[in-house]
Amino acid sequence: MRRLLWPSVFAAFAIAYPLLLSSPFQQRLGALVLLYAIAASAWNIVGGYAGQVSVGHAVFFGCGAYAAMGSYAKFGLSPLFGIPGGIVLAVGLAAIVGVPTLRLSGHYFSMATIAVAETMRLIVTNTDYVGAAVGLSGPTVARNVFDLSFISALPYYYLFLTVLAITLFITWWMTNSRMGFYLRAIKDSERAARSLGAPASRTKLYAFMLSAGLTSVAGALYAMMFGFVDPESGLGILISVKILIMAALGGAGLLFGPLVGAAILVPLEEISNNVLGGKGAGLTFVVYGAIIVLIARFQPGGILSLIQRHLRKDARPAGQGGADHAP
Amino acid sequence: MSFVLVQVIVGGLLLGAVYALFSSGLTLVWGMMNIVNFAHGDFVMLGMYVAYVVYTLFGGGPIFGAPLATLVLATLGVVVYFGLIRGIMKGPMLAQILGTFGLALLLRYSVFWWFGANFLSLPQDIVGGTYAFAGLRVEASRLLAGIVALLVTLALHLLLTRSSLGSKMLAVAEDATAAQLMGIRPDTMQAIAWAIAAGATGLAGALIANFFYIVPTVGETLAIVAFVTVSLGGFGSVPGALVAGLLIGVIESLSGYLIGAVYKDIVVYLLFLFFLWFRPQGLMGKS
Repeated sequence: MRRLLWPSVFAAFAIAYPLLLSSPFQQRLGALVLLYAIAASAWNIVGGYAGQVSVGHAVFFGCGAYAAMGSYAKFGLSPLFGIPGGIVLAVGLAAIVGVPTLRLSGHYFSMATIAVAETMRLIVTNTDYVGAAVGLSGPTVARNVFDLSFISALPYYYLFLTVLAITLFITWWMTNSRMGFYLRAIKDSERAARSLGAPASRTKLYAFMLSAGLTSVAGALYAMMFGFVDPESGLGILISVKILIMAALGGAGLLFGPLVGAAILVPLEEISNNVLGGKGAGLTFVVYGAIIVLIARFQPGGILSLIQRHLRKDARPAGQGGADHAP
Repeated sequence: MSFVLVQVIVGGLLLGAVYALFSSGLTLVWGMMNIVNFAHGDFVMLGMYVAYVVYTLFGGGPIFGAPLATLVLATLGVVVYFGLIRGIMKGPMLAQILGTFGLALLLRYSVFWWFGANFLSLPQDIVGGTYAFAGLRVEASRLLAGIVALLVTLALHLLLTRSSLGSKMLAVAEDATAAQLMGIRPDTMQAIAWAIAAGATGLAGALIANFFYIVPTVGETLAIVAFVTVSLGGFGSVPGALVAGLLIGVIESLSGYLIGAVYKDIVVYLLFLFFLWFRPQGLMGKS
């Protein structure tokens, strides 16, 4: 039961947060943390658990965002109806990229993801049907509740919290399934796993497709909250960077790592934007770059693995770590 | 073949030689240490900014800018090797990719912060006017860039295959432990490889600064160009990078001319994905 103590404390805090800190800024901040936590947790499935570092996850984020806004702008439907379309698009794209590259060494996968995201951004920027450089807008005034266009951040907060809980549950379930065992074996030694009959390429591909689908949901939610999407905010490389750095800072391959990363970086970015204004944009990413380099050089497991290691040292006899430990 | 098409192809070959030059740096490091430098394009970007600063501060053209950019970037390469690469080389894949990717962001947005996001450019006539050969018109800056890049790439190939330094580097690439037992220091050789690789990007950046748009984010495009070149030419192969670089220069120019300027990058990127699907070992690699 000890294992469940901290997660339940966090869950209780997450549910109560917008009531405790109820200013619009704080509620919006909370919603954004959850939103990025969804995207980073989705990245974690392929980047953390499968060990395949995607640096172009923005492309899946964009699939969801464009599908949601497209269903309103093109067909007059609620953005909700775009979500299944976005998932299909993202999963299909993941298959197209993943099938050839996941057979090769991990470098090829990373290079391919960055190239796909850039290709898609350039194509969308030059296609008038999807709004070219201007992008697509959602409903300005909600026609009914299904347009999911709210002024307050509160409804978004609880919507995102629900989706995050589902995402984390899927991740947890995956790690305890046959697929999770395959993934751990592959990450330790792909050659050994293959020789014992683990279908390495296929398992990695499934992880990638699952990750892509969930990322597209995050993209759709993002577009609903902001009411529009354009090539930079939906498909730009900085989206990929944010998703990746949050997962890596918190702890790639740990269930709650991405959430921790998002809870640190989203407030940091909001504050730096507020304090520095427009000039902060460049500086924020200088800091991000430095953080990524430092994590890679000194603590590839992220903050959470550092904390866990300390906790485990203290409480060794109490029992083994959770199922979500890093290999 | 129409005359304009010849003109376009010549332009593509000259630019392709520069692509070959900086891609050989990527392929060298990849082949030797099995590290993909995601900051490679941003190294080229830094080379362009060094050339820009040399011109705006001292009014110096590529004669000063190119050697200085080579030197500055070669130094940076050594610093990056000892500061970062040596620590992550043996680490997990996540650390390797994050390390150089983070470096790319750090360089890109430091320049962004310092110089702003505006497109900068150098006057075309620093190098000289336009030459005409049998009706073909070639700008002197492009001609200089293409010829110097071609010569340096060939020199690099000779250095790696015909000199004792090249043999030592090859030995380290084959088996660092065995090389060490033979009295070769792997650390020194790998640092030299980084100096050469980064120096090549500095030179390439300074050479194209006279006719390319100079902007902090240009490195992303150039990095993908280098990835395409290396995967087409087969990793670790400088001659492969040369052939692939020239080919990509021509394909890019032709698609820019035939389909439209905004689509030339898309064509190159799609080519990359196509190759990953059907010939990941490159044009000349064995299957």
